[in-house]
Amino acid sequence: MLTEVILIGRGGQGAVTSATLLTAAASLEGLESQGFPFFGAERRGAPVAAFVRISSRPIRRHGMFEKGDVVVLLDARLAELEILERYSLRAGGILIVNTERRDPRLSKLISRTRAGRVFIVNATRIARELGLVVAGWPVVNTAILGAFSRATGLVSLDSVKRAVVEYFGGRLGRLNAEAVERSYRETREVVVLSVSLP
Amino acid sequence: MSKPRALYREKVTLTGNHAVALAVKLARVDLVSAYPITPQTSIVEKLSEYIEGGELKAQMVRVESEHSALAVAYGAALAGARVFTATSSHGLLYMHEWVHWFSRARVPGVMAVVTRTIGAPWNIWPDHSDFMDQRDTGWIMAFARDNQEVLDLTIQAFKVSEDERVFLPFMVGLEGFILGHTAMPVEVPAEDDVAEWLGERKQPYVVDGSFPLGVGGLTWPMETEEMFIDLHKSLRRAGLVFEEVDKEYGKLFGRSYGGPLECYRCTDAKYYFVTMGAWSGDAMDAVDFLRERGFALGLVRIRLYRPFPYDRIADIMGNARGVIVFDRSISFGASGPIYSDVVASLLKARFRGDAIGIIAGVGGVDVTSHDFSKIAERVLETIERGEPLPAIAWYHGGELAIVQH
Repeated sequence: MLTEVILIGRGGQGAVTSATLLTAAASLEGLESQGFPFFGAERRGAPVAAFVRISSRPIRRHGMFEKGDVVVLLDARLAELEILERYSLRAGGILIVNTERRDPRLSKLISRTRAGRVFIVNATRIARELGLVVAGWPVVNTAILGAFSRATGLVSLDSVKRAVVEYFGGRLGRLNAEAVERSYRETREVVVLSVSLP
Repeated sequence: MSKPRALYREKVTLTGNHAVALAVKLARVDLVSAYPITPQTSIVEKLSEYIEGGELKAQMVRVESEHSALAVAYGAALAGARVFTATSSHGLLYMHEWVHWFSRARVPGVMAVVTRTIGAPWNIWPDHSDFMDQRDTGWIMAFARDNQEVLDLTIQAFKVSEDERVFLPFMVGLEGFILGHTAMPVEVPAEDDVAEWLGERKQPYVVDGSFPLGVGGLTWPMETEEMFIDLHKSLRRAGLVFEEVDKEYGKLFGRSYGGPLECYRCTDAKYYFVTMGAWSGDAMDAVDFLRERGFALGLVRIRLYRPFPYDRIADIMGNARGVIVFDRSISFGASGPIYSDVVASLLKARFRGDAIGIIAGVGGVDVTSHDFSKIAERVLETIERGEPLPAIAWYHGGELAIVQH
């Protein structure tokens, strides 16, 4: 079965690295995988998307996709921008959001994406607490993968941590693996009230 | 070849660009020359990291232009070095003079071309226009479908290029972004095994000062033509060597790709797609979909573009009812370049079916398996209704526009 994932963040938040790490983690899990950025030019701070395909069978296709089985928002404020008009969630899909628990934007986001299941984690706080800050920006791209593992069960926590350690190495590898672990533990599912669709 | 080797050392997640760089490291090149600025790719960046870290004992020469990049590679190769360079789009066009010089002087060497659209207008997305522009240069030209093949093909390129029956440079094609920037798991053979298999650098002559030798001086027409006849014969022979190397590599490292062509669901096919590059994967998914809809469709993927596998194409598709050739570039005013070669092959086989050339994905337009299915359904239904097909159609914005009857 093919799962298509869209990671949406801001240029500089590391969505593309996140996609690469998830691709590596899926491979460590014995799955086939493919990760790629939006094909184009990116600017720091502007909304960006990265894409991952995970499957138990060889992945031959390379074409782009605009609907995901899983959508990951590295910054909840992106929900207010038009990037969610371009990329969307397949009906009943999983939405993962980096946000605080009581984010008033959440209910609007859930109804807008028609998510089947919604998971939240405060990856920004985790990154800050671990000192994963580059040029003043908390780097949430590793922490959010803990939430991905927890929410989807597609890749194990161990595989994600191993991918992170192999990618960064040394102290940075250990810190990022810690971010993944914490995020895995702190991820919460938000109850979605079923709404009747027109 | 007697000793069995480990199938692979490890599986790592690599972009297509980094797969090229790793293959070049495994091939233990002596020299990398490159223009380090746009349109250069992360291939050369990674190679300079390998060299800086002492993992690759090679010299990195940074030059002021692609024209010089290939000229430096040429000079070093003449002197006996195993050389590599990489470029894209306008960088490749800028070095075009040296692309000819390299092959016509019969110098082995490897270059990766991360394909990108040629401007104007300025465009950073992938198609095959830069690669196809090198069609008549006398290089061996092959194209990969995924990052595993990028790695394997780049390693094999050195072996074929330095084979004494060939002695010609080798160009490895991969699309920018689609493979270049896409991360995929890749099985990596052990470096010692690759080095042992490739062996010492081989070339027809060495210019190292040990005896006086002039290269490329004025030559009379008859002798010049004889040299080019020999180049042509060697390039045709490179097809057999390519196939032999692919098989040998399979025995040693566990992966073979079928030589010059990859055939997918060809056994009982009446209709065929012909493709080259990464979108062949999307087209294979479309083949599966159309098989379920009852169309006896197969796919032939061009791996080796030069020398072109005329006989193979004729053998496989000579009796086909319909052939749909996809080109990701166009010879303006004529057809896609793959189309014209495929049609020439079919003519030899007294082909009586229908053939159509589809131009698509030009300028980096994304083409998905859904697009392939849509095109095929329209074309195959036209054939089955007994209606005539145009020679060339351009697929754009979800529509097929006839551009040549």
